[in-house]
Amino acid sequence: MKFVDEYRDPTRARSIAEALKQKVTRPWTLMEICGGQTHSILKYGVDQLLPELVTLVHGPGCPVCVTPISLIDQAIEIAKLSSVIMTSFGDMLRVPGSREDLLRAKSAGADVRMVYSPLDAVALAQRHPDRQVVFFAVGFETTAPPNAMSVVRAHQLNLKNFTILTSHVLVPPAIRALLSAPDNVVQGFLAAGHVCTIMGTQEYEPLASEYRIPIVVTGFEPVDILQGIYLAITALEEGRAGVENQYARSVTREGNRPAQAVIARVFQICDRAWRGIGTIPQSGLELRAEFSDFDAARRFGVEHLVAEESPLCHAGDVLRGVLRPPDCPAFGINCTPENPLGAPMVSSEGACAAYIRYGRLKRAATP
Amino acid sequence: MTDIADSPPSFAANCPVPLTDHPTVQMAHGGGGRMSQRLIADVFASAFDNPWLREMHDGAVLEFGGERLAFTTDGHVVKPLFFPGGDIGALAVHGTVNDLAVCGALPIALSTSFILEEGYSLEELRRVVASMSKAASSIPVPIVTGDTKVVDRGKGDGVFISTAAVGRVHPKAQISPRHAKPGDVVLLSGEIAAHGIAVLSARENLGLEGVIASDSASILDLIWPLFDRFESNLHVFRDPTRGGVAAVLNEIAMAAQVGIEIDEVAIPVSEPVRGACELLGLDPLYVANEGKCVAIVDATCADAVLEYWRSRPLGKMASRLGVVTESHPGVVTMRSTIGATRVVDLLSGEQLPRIC
Repeated sequence: MKFVDEYRDPTRARSIAEALKQKVTRPWTLMEICGGQTHSILKYGVDQLLPELVTLVHGPGCPVCVTPISLIDQAIEIAKLSSVIMTSFGDMLRVPGSREDLLRAKSAGADVRMVYSPLDAVALAQRHPDRQVVFFAVGFETTAPPNAMSVVRAHQLNLKNFTILTSHVLVPPAIRALLSAPDNVVQGFLAAGHVCTIMGTQEYEPLASEYRIPIVVTGFEPVDILQGIYLAITALEEGRAGVENQYARSVTREGNRPAQAVIARVFQICDRAWRGIGTIPQSGLELRAEFSDFDAARRFGVEHLVAEESPLCHAGDVLRGVLRPPDCPAFGINCTPENPLGAPMVSSEGACAAYIRYGRLKRAATP
Repeated sequence: MTDIADSPPSFAANCPVPLTDHPTVQMAHGGGGRMSQRLIADVFASAFDNPWLREMHDGAVLEFGGERLAFTTDGHVVKPLFFPGGDIGALAVHGTVNDLAVCGALPIALSTSFILEEGYSLEELRRVVASMSKAASSIPVPIVTGDTKVVDRGKGDGVFISTAAVGRVHPKAQISPRHAKPGDVVLLSGEIAAHGIAVLSARENLGLEGVIASDSASILDLIWPLFDRFESNLHVFRDPTRGGVAAVLNEIAMAAQVGIEIDEVAIPVSEPVRGACELLGLDPLYVANEGKCVAIVDATCADAVLEYWRSRPLGKMASRLGVVTESHPGVVTMRSTIGATRVVDLLSGEQLPRIC
């Protein structure tokens, strides 16, 4: 398969790993921002090919992981209304709120449906004029354009029964927050290729120069990730800061302008709470006032619902790269994929789930 | 290995215990993963406990008048009822015949039970039944008894079909999930994940390029003729339906307390199915099949079994998937395409497509 097989080629992977070994002279810590990259690293065993001097810590780039617990409670509250069809991407359904998740609400009678595109939810609203269709619109810059499109489409169709429950987040402010934290250990970043496909690489340039770090925009296949690591380590060894683009087959400096335009038309930047991390200034997207009719939290009056995280869950430290999932006291004991305490144990992009799914042998082998 | 805290409970005799964290049935209980295993162990196996059930195979083998009979049952719910490559009727026959086949048995007779929804089109029901009849006669196996119930409109998806079957076990067959032993070879009869993707694509109208057809078929021809030649060198056969090849390998590793090591590059997946899985973020190893066979055989006969499979219409893409090992009992590992090793775990429930 083109664009896949050549980036999973063992000979290429090994030669990059070998070059990396030659290059590295002292310990470095890199963070891959995106949960998709975390899963690739553990799925293909990229970490096993790295020299001991290179440490990878896993970043907060898992859309469902950073969605605030209050918002999940709000989604469940809305879903329980008999007039409502709650729609969502698949991996959001199992993320626990303070008491239950959307799948349990479904088993108790709520009409919760998995969709593959927010436009499917708009079509559902057209087919069910007597019901209120809500789309649970979370994610980073990658999912913002289709989610914005769903609002534009519903607006064009003059639909009165379609809303989105939204909590969009943005990568650059999160990188800034991580780098500003006193316990930061990260010396270079692998930025998320999909996010940058939409947003381009420009907005990372001020971060790289201000904090004097390398940021390498990186793809998702094992060879991509190894190349990204190689570029970041080379820059660190040579004392260079700046933005580099490993994922040039998809990412340009400017990004996808029409996609950025639809985001700007529908959303505006706001302060946003990140689950496990806290509020990061100017790190989210909210609906512009002219589209506030499409705001589900407003329409169903659930904005007042706030919830507290389980004190056992250390997801915040995991998402900041301060705690490795297997070092969490709840990992695999109080917190498993069947009974997750926090979102990183749930999503296919969550770091804890990745360790459970791909890393059991290593843990089992350690006395 | 003590910290594999989340491995499923063993099938020990016990009173039914409540499912600690799920007071009600969840869809994930039907996904073929860890939650399915827990449901079976906690609710059913503990209540019905007996030596046949403890085998944890796709059917039970009963001694009767000096002969060995295999007995199995299977419920079929699928939406949509008709999909590229098959329909619920053919599926109901193939699923049950395949459960017998992997016990080393040739079907003698099938029973069927229909739960029909009020308002369901009789014309469509006739099509389902005709498809069942065609599938059964091509085995061939007679459908000798049945039952029909009707439920209120809205209480069923048109039609649910349960089938059961008895079969005669080959006199030379010695099949059990516990017979996998270190040194054995793991074989897979063809390209995986087509059924799951075909049904998903038809149900969700995904508009994938080209048509992906289900692999719904009887695998009898891949198994029965082997016993005369290879006898007890054939250790385990399994039919990797829901939960996919990954679930079946995990179940075998746990039942026999052996390790299994497979090679990612040896997993046959057709290009269209691979493309769909990449797009949806699904791992084909966990996607359902309805006409595939996983075999664990003695190393001395692995090449000959593979050669036979590749000579058959259903086995052209058969592959040597890996080996059974002494190390890491109960755990399946995979050598990734880039040469690293990772665990192939059992999923909790069903795979859910990811956000981006």
